[in-house]
Amino acid sequence: MDWINIIIQGILVGGLYALFATGLSLIFGVMRLVNIAHGDLIVASAYLAYGVMQLTGVGPLTSLIAVIPLAALFGYLLQLLVLNRTLDKDILPPLLVTFGLSIIIQNGLLEIFSANSHKLNLGSFEIESIHLMPGVDIGYFPLLTFAVAVAVVFGLQQLFYHSAIGRAFRAVSDDPEVAQLMGLNNRTVYASAMALCLAVVAVAGVFMAIRANFDPSMGPGRLIFGFEAVIIGGLGNLWGTLAGGVILGVAQALGAQIDPGWQLLSGHIVFLLILAVKPQGLFPKGAA
Amino acid sequence: MSKIIMLNRRQILTGAGALLAAPALLRATRASAADATFKIGYVSPTTGPIAGFGEADGFILEGVRKAFAGLTNNGKPVQVEIIAKDSQSSSNRAAEVATELIEKDGVNLLLASATPDTANPVADQAELNEIPCITSIAPWQPYFFGRNGDPAKGFNWTYHFFWGLEDVIGNFISLWDKSGVAKKVGGLFPNDADGNAWGDPKLGFPGPLEKAGYALTDPGRFQLMNADFSSQIAAFKAAGVEIVTGVTIPPDFATFWSQAGQQGFKPKVVTVGKALLFPSVIESLGERGDGLSSEIWWSPSHPFSSSLTGESSRQIADGYTKTTGKPWTQPIGFNHALFEIAADVIKRAADLTDPKAVIDAVAATDLKTLVGPISWKGGPANPVKNVVRTPLVSGQWQKQGDKVELVITNNSQYPSIPVGGELKLLS
Repeated sequence: MDWINIIIQGILVGGLYALFATGLSLIFGVMRLVNIAHGDLIVASAYLAYGVMQLTGVGPLTSLIAVIPLAALFGYLLQLLVLNRTLDKDILPPLLVTFGLSIIIQNGLLEIFSANSHKLNLGSFEIESIHLMPGVDIGYFPLLTFAVAVAVVFGLQQLFYHSAIGRAFRAVSDDPEVAQLMGLNNRTVYASAMALCLAVVAVAGVFMAIRANFDPSMGPGRLIFGFEAVIIGGLGNLWGTLAGGVILGVAQALGAQIDPGWQLLSGHIVFLLILAVKPQGLFPKGAA
Repeated sequence: MSKIIMLNRRQILTGAGALLAAPALLRATRASAADATFKIGYVSPTTGPIAGFGEADGFILEGVRKAFAGLTNNGKPVQVEIIAKDSQSSSNRAAEVATELIEKDGVNLLLASATPDTANPVADQAELNEIPCITSIAPWQPYFFGRNGDPAKGFNWTYHFFWGLEDVIGNFISLWDKSGVAKKVGGLFPNDADGNAWGDPKLGFPGPLEKAGYALTDPGRFQLMNADFSSQIAAFKAAGVEIVTGVTIPPDFATFWSQAGQQGFKPKVVTVGKALLFPSVIESLGERGDGLSSEIWWSPSHPFSSSLTGESSRQIADGYTKTTGKPWTQPIGFNHALFEIAADVIKRAADLTDPKAVIDAVAATDLKTLVGPISWKGGPANPVKNVVRTPLVSGQWQKQGDKVELVITNNSQYPSIPVGGELKLLS
């Protein structure tokens, strides 16, 4: 019974990791950009939600009404004004620029909000749960997180394959030059992709902040979980990313069951194993 | 102008000579001046996950600076400058600011407080640079053995006062003995200086618990700021744990406690070190904060008073609440006591400019402070040369009207501190 419970809890944590990873996967899929500041953007949107809640007194989930558009707008401008200038054949400039951005965000947050950790409070919903069987309880909140992760991936998948902007995303991804010849403005397509990415990041940030405490230095840790989920699932495949998050969550939970010191380590080991055996990830884009 | 001032070679040489000699002369006059400045560097966490420890520092420093105004040494008045720095709850940052205080500010005495993550790196820098240093608010074992201290030799430049693991273990066990719940304990020990010391099979909880007839379930060390405590909760449930203990930072306890709620784990007693010290933390847990228990190192009902200001524990706590509008916290007593000892050392040191004389004065301290008697002269309260143990009791957060109050429910280790109530079970 223990193991069933551990695996279920691991799957649910995996939902959160998938939320961390989806935005990263989307950006890499569309423009081959590796965003080192992704984790810090997650933390920054948690702080944004915290700020909105302080100002208006609304709950964390309601705050998303303001946080998602604000984050998306920021993403659009970030891509248009900064990151587009770095995109070229060379993959190094965007890495360096987003690395710098990561440091700026961390120190900016430290300056504005201090190193104090915060948590977004959802009241008694946080501790309520469904009793499945003896020894197995599923918390409403982890379940909601997982459901949101599935919904986000499903939504993005629909957008990608059944909408004009999705077609544009796929076109610039497949061949930016030809896409441009066909009348697409690559720069605004990229900016829209980044806006979409930041909208997902905002959701991830708020769910992370309800689950546990956050502070300005947490970003890089979230980035690693996101990265690992993307690589495990296969680059550019959104359902694969969800699977990657779940595999990472379960691996960590199983590791922790053996010894809590192994919690993070076992996640990293699974990631390295998959990288060694299947460098393309479990569900690479072509196969899906 | 008929007369032009002409300098000949001899005059120039005299002038230059005087100019060269000036710094030496100036320094000589400064040394003999009556109002020499004695600089105290103070490192504590005022931001970050353990910021609660430094929350009252502003209030303490204000009172202490006033009380330091009339200090004298060898019959001469002493100007004392206190330079306070924030460790941001990080041991790296603590070492960094300690180095800054030593090298840039040239402090004569270092004080540091709050968890081994602040006390140890500052003390290490002080020992290395041969600067006198007094620290507190870290159990003495992680402070002493965490710095690879040798009980036979001890340290030359660094002294410490706080209770030890033997005190907290004794307290927790007698607290639980009285509660009458099943003797099954679950331990939450993270992978940091405190967690490793508390969970250490030889120095920490496992040995004494076994002797007292308690079965300990310790799933192992976890990383700080952990997002998932499912495996710990599952292990505790499987072992039928009724008592949860450990030493976690407040954010980790909050995560554990909400997951325990989600997963239907209902212990009867939760006595956790470090995480449950502060009213702000208990309030953030809402209804589920009522009934948690903790060690108590200082409270307004401790029968001690300040050697610096003469105020009693109750007066200082009330003063804090009056000035800031916030409830009292335990570090107030200890952070205040750090400056009591500093003042006492300033009064007694043979030569304040000589670090050796200052540390000799520290070693010879025999003072009744706000947190109890402090002396490093080798009595029963000195487990090793550089450490003095202070009194420890334990108690429970209990709802009184619309706020929670920390009530002493067990004073078996130090009966002169009065108890304020009975322990109530959580479920």
